[in-house]
Amino acid sequence: MRHVISLLIENEAGALSRVTGLFSARAYNIESLTVAPTEDISMSRITIVSVGSDDIIEQITKQLNKLIEVIKVVDISEAAHIERELMLVKVRATGKDREEMKRMSEIFRGRIIDVTETTYVIELTGNTAKLDSFIEALDRSLILETVRTGVCGIGRGDRILKV
Amino acid sequence: MVLTGAEIVIRCLQEEKVEYVFGYPGGSVLFIYDELFKQDKVRHVLVRHEQGAVHAADGYARSTEKVGVALVTSGPGVTNAVTGIATAYMDSIPMVIISGQVPTAYIGQDAFQEVDTVGITRPCVKHNFLVKDIRELASTIKKAFYLAKSGRPGPVLVDIPKDVSAMKCEFAYPKAVSMRSYNPVIKGHQGQIKKAVQLLLEAKRPMIYTGGGVILSDAAEKLTKLVRQLGFPVTNTLMGLGGYPATDRHFVGMLGMHGTYEANMAMQHCDVLLAVGARFDDRVIGNPANFAEVPRKIIHIDIDPSSISKRVKVDVPIVGDLPEVLDDISKLLAAGGDRPEEKAVKAWWKQIDEWRGKDCLKYDRKSKIIKPQYVIEKLYEVTKGEAFVTSDVGQHQMWAAQYYKFDKPRRWMNSGGLGTMGFGLPAAMGVQLAHPGAPVACVTGEGSIQMCIQELSTCKQYRLPVKIILLNNGFLGMVRQWQQLFHGNRYAESYVDALPDFVRLSESYGHVGMRVEKPGDVEGALKEAFKRKDDLVFLDFAIDPTENVYPMVQGGKGLTEMILSEEL
Repeated sequence: MRHVISLLIENEAGALSRVTGLFSARAYNIESLTVAPTEDISMSRITIVSVGSDDIIEQITKQLNKLIEVIKVVDISEAAHIERELMLVKVRATGKDREEMKRMSEIFRGRIIDVTETTYVIELTGNTAKLDSFIEALDRSLILETVRTGVCGIGRGDRILKV
Repeated sequence: MVLTGAEIVIRCLQEEKVEYVFGYPGGSVLFIYDELFKQDKVRHVLVRHEQGAVHAADGYARSTEKVGVALVTSGPGVTNAVTGIATAYMDSIPMVIISGQVPTAYIGQDAFQEVDTVGITRPCVKHNFLVKDIRELASTIKKAFYLAKSGRPGPVLVDIPKDVSAMKCEFAYPKAVSMRSYNPVIKGHQGQIKKAVQLLLEAKRPMIYTGGGVILSDAAEKLTKLVRQLGFPVTNTLMGLGGYPATDRHFVGMLGMHGTYEANMAMQHCDVLLAVGARFDDRVIGNPANFAEVPRKIIHIDIDPSSISKRVKVDVPIVGDLPEVLDDISKLLAAGGDRPEEKAVKAWWKQIDEWRGKDCLKYDRKSKIIKPQYVIEKLYEVTKGEAFVTSDVGQHQMWAAQYYKFDKPRRWMNSGGLGTMGFGLPAAMGVQLAHPGAPVACVTGEGSIQMCIQELSTCKQYRLPVKIILLNNGFLGMVRQWQQLFHGNRYAESYVDALPDFVRLSESYGHVGMRVEKPGDVEGALKEAFKRKDDLVFLDFAIDPTENVYPMVQGGKGLTEMILSEEL
């Protein structure tokens, strides 16, 4: 099963490597990992997408909690939540493809944020599936470069991850 | 007052009432050694190899309730210490390791004796710190001691760049530590404790299984009280020996790969299992699938939530400090006035006694060659069960665990988790320093002892009268046993040719050495050795090279699939 684990961690040097080191040392999967400081810069929030049986996910959350610098861990995918990912795609945009790319971007509610005579950079936000289907919908030969942030997520309503 | 970083380090150690620091000097820690030199509250023990320093601090910690302290230099000082740190980590031993680091400006430049200490030790410490700002030095050391000792204990490393130890800063030692990200649970959940009591009262075939947690949390007394209150059988893991008096009739021996027949059978066939400060590891329960075949209810008390339901699904998890939780259970039992299922438990004991009747630790007592089991039995008798016993890793370790009856906690020091050969002698040094005048025996093999034999020199320097009980069979015995049983008698590289003359070797270090070759001489030699209170005596026992450790559960097999001694 796919799980989205969110955690708050002290914003200190080396803290991230404790998290990633734990995953490799114990042979847990990481599908994606995002990290950035929160509104309180003494803390960072990490979102990890991992795949594993319930037992393994339980161990992952326990082991993460055991790390001294980890303040709180929540499996946000246990209940209603929102996931978003940001993707930037650089595509070839020449000839008839130029109009087609613009149209595709509009259909997926993307934004063209860089334009040259031959290329566009399209910015797209959404859940993983939406970004995947955008890639699927494009002619592969026209994709020059893609970059994705990985998933970040938040619980719906009153479910709040805060110290 | 304004102090240098090095002065601050020493002041912190004094504030923590550290008696001994085990270490080895080098470039990056010279300022710290200079300050050690100028005072006499914290005593330094100069080892001969950094691995020895960490094991010695480890032995010191295991045999007391204190934190062990080691001090090493950067680069190779740290890498040599890693085996010791990993050993302590696997067995959850409270320890603070202070390491020197190259000056902050040199970090990352491949400087002389530079190594990424925090990176290298990260997976084998409870936590580690690199102190880049001298203003954080005192509070970091305070945190290190607090982390090492609290919750599930473990080694904590503080890496101090050389320039930080030379800088100056106002010193004030913090009185307390508070960390928002670290709050170990002490009190067990009362609802869960009630459920546990209910299960214990309903049990027809109860079993209590306890591990190193009982020793580490000083819960032996509370455990003993609870076992007697319930009248249930109890088994200890290798790490938990001494957690319950081995001479008590409720004790069914150690369990696991080389556990007793009765302990393993009872463990497998019980209907309610109370696990206390133990972690169901592979050497203890064998194959988890096999273990799970028999339906039973499991109550698991541990301070570390990640130890619970890791290898075996648990029905009643209780996170908390063992003495607190055991006390709560005892009190609840006493207050309720209910008694366990007397008739059923009696029948269960009858079954256990039947298993016990198999006498699985039987060995050939008429042998003309010295049997290792006999040496340990005599060691037990001669020391009246009062010795502090350290061991290395292999057959001798198992024989010591099986045949020395530990009635008290903190008397048995061995590398259970990591299985580190070379642990025994340096650990014994730490134990002897912590308990001057007490009998300390290091049970070892000719393979293991040579992995840290340089520490014989340290023993001379500090006059540590450790008694080395070398069970010399000329083989890496446990490897040979596996090769005999599972690899078609092909003894690949398990025969150690060209062994030194251990008597002359110990004499050259300034100690007393004795070679014992006949069973009739064993007792006399041991008596003579322990009579020499001020001497390190190295006893080289020529034991039967064909002797194996039984019972044995092969790796990956179920607990009841034991190979028993041919004597049975």
